[in-house]
Amino acid sequence: MGMTMTQKILAAHAGLDCVVPGQLIEADLDLVLGNDITTPVAIHEVEKLNVKEVFDKDKIALVPDHFAPNKDIKSAEHCKCVRDFAKKHDITNYFEVGEMGIEHALLPEKGLIVAGETCIGADSHTCTYGALGAFSTGVGSTDMGAGMMTGKAWFKVPSAIKFVLKGKLSPWVSGKDLILHIIGMIGVDGARYRSMEFVGEGVSSLTMDDRFTVCNMAIEAGAKNGIFPVDEKTIAYMEEHSAKKYTVYEADEDAEYDETYVIDLSELKQTVAFPHLPENTRTMEEIDDIPIDQVVIGSCTNGRYDDLEIAAKVLKGRKVAKGMRCIIIPATQAIYLKAVENGLITTFIQAGAVVSTPTCGPCLGGYMGILSAGERAVSTTNRNFVGRMGHVDSEVYLASPAVAAASAVTGKISCPQDLGL
Amino acid sequence: MKACGTVHKYGDNVDTDVIIPARYLNSSDGKELAKHCMEDIDKEFVNKVKPGDIMVANKNFGCGSSREHAPLAIKEAGVSCVIAETFARIFYRNAINIGLPIVECPEAAKGIEAGDEVEVDFDTGMIYNKTKGTEFKGQPFPEFMQKIIQAEGLMNYINQK
Repeated sequence: MGMTMTQKILAAHAGLDCVVPGQLIEADLDLVLGNDITTPVAIHEVEKLNVKEVFDKDKIALVPDHFAPNKDIKSAEHCKCVRDFAKKHDITNYFEVGEMGIEHALLPEKGLIVAGETCIGADSHTCTYGALGAFSTGVGSTDMGAGMMTGKAWFKVPSAIKFVLKGKLSPWVSGKDLILHIIGMIGVDGARYRSMEFVGEGVSSLTMDDRFTVCNMAIEAGAKNGIFPVDEKTIAYMEEHSAKKYTVYEADEDAEYDETYVIDLSELKQTVAFPHLPENTRTMEEIDDIPIDQVVIGSCTNGRYDDLEIAAKVLKGRKVAKGMRCIIIPATQAIYLKAVENGLITTFIQAGAVVSTPTCGPCLGGYMGILSAGERAVSTTNRNFVGRMGHVDSEVYLASPAVAAASAVTGKISCPQDLGL
Repeated sequence: MKACGTVHKYGDNVDTDVIIPARYLNSSDGKELAKHCMEDIDKEFVNKVKPGDIMVANKNFGCGSSREHAPLAIKEAGVSCVIAETFARIFYRNAINIGLPIVECPEAAKGIEAGDEVEVDFDTGMIYNKTKGTEFKGQPFPEFMQKIIQAEGLMNYINQK
């Protein structure tokens, strides 16, 4: 039986010629990731192990990004715990405030993960790196701790859903609209335990940043991983960012899929996920006037340069609506710097937005933009669960950077076309 | 090994943000986390829960974030077992890794109500609803996962290898 792209990567890392869905395997890891919330728990767990040294100090990435720069004293202690561990084990890829960014934007940018590799991260959005043709998935702290010390993790080989992409996205429609459309179609557990494999001629029209966004939210459909084939854009990205050797895996012609969906990108519309699940999607024309209080543009989902550039095109020469808060968070220092150099930050500040240092802060209701009872936000983040961005009686509407920026201008859920763009 | 207790019942897609909101993730202490367990969907849970109680939910329990703080908060709140129609995959792994017993059983999830007295036999996978006099057969764990559970977590299992 033929294998999917994911199955081929897993087989190669388990030293097997072939794997089948449901098979339990132990795979070698090329990268193990943790952040300031999950790593302290992993460090505590690791103390129980007889092994006292990490498996490879170059293959671990520790990124304090959730509550960093330190939100409060307890967060400061967590960050210190991670910093001390990194120092003790001489971890090559520990990123201090000043060089850190939001982990899932930072790791590809630093070239730490490339096609054909396996990665686990103690953060559910670790599935982002499937955009590069790698197998990467989120785990908990104990799995991360075990991965850091042994270089291995157990997996149940997933079956897959195939998404065949055709055509090209319309103006102001992005990868975020594509993944929200898919989650709306299959539900928040529609891909539970399975891979989401994106194929077809439509893939070539998606930018790398679009692909990162799509894979990032595979977890919001319950998937184990999302993955794109490696093409010229992937190779160009990897050659720009990494010196690592990559391996290209392709699904077999006779690979089996549980389901196949064909999606015409040119038919996709701007899509918003209503509270309190990412599957509650509506297209713009299905949305009435919904006044909002805050806009957040950033996160591991949509804090990359392309996202900021789209937001800047919308905000250029316009003003954030009176009484609205618009918070923009470049995902890494490099993205921030490029946005400064190209005038995007000037545009944002002139529009009346506030620009923050990289942090996950508001996405998970940590800090830097918490909502009070009764407040609504349009956010380019990934979850709109009850209480996700603050009070249990607040609401989060998930959208693309284009929709978020337009909404900041009008003070209600809007798209760039509403501004005459 | 058996679990026996009163049921706290929840619906579909109980996410890790409501199990333990991120505003409390500046702590990783289980006892501290347990004080806020389920706070955003069931404010009274922490006052009602007794040691040994059982949590029952519908589909996709534990979806969302990878925070191991979620199964930890449930375990430290005194819950002896979570039964659900289905579990989200990261929560499933985390529960096994930290030693929180979980059972996937769609029939039990439908046939058990809040306040029922339920007994779970982990050796046989049987679930008994003592209040209603009904019984269900849960999905058995694959042998490999049983070894992790018997070792009382992944770290002990690795040490034994």
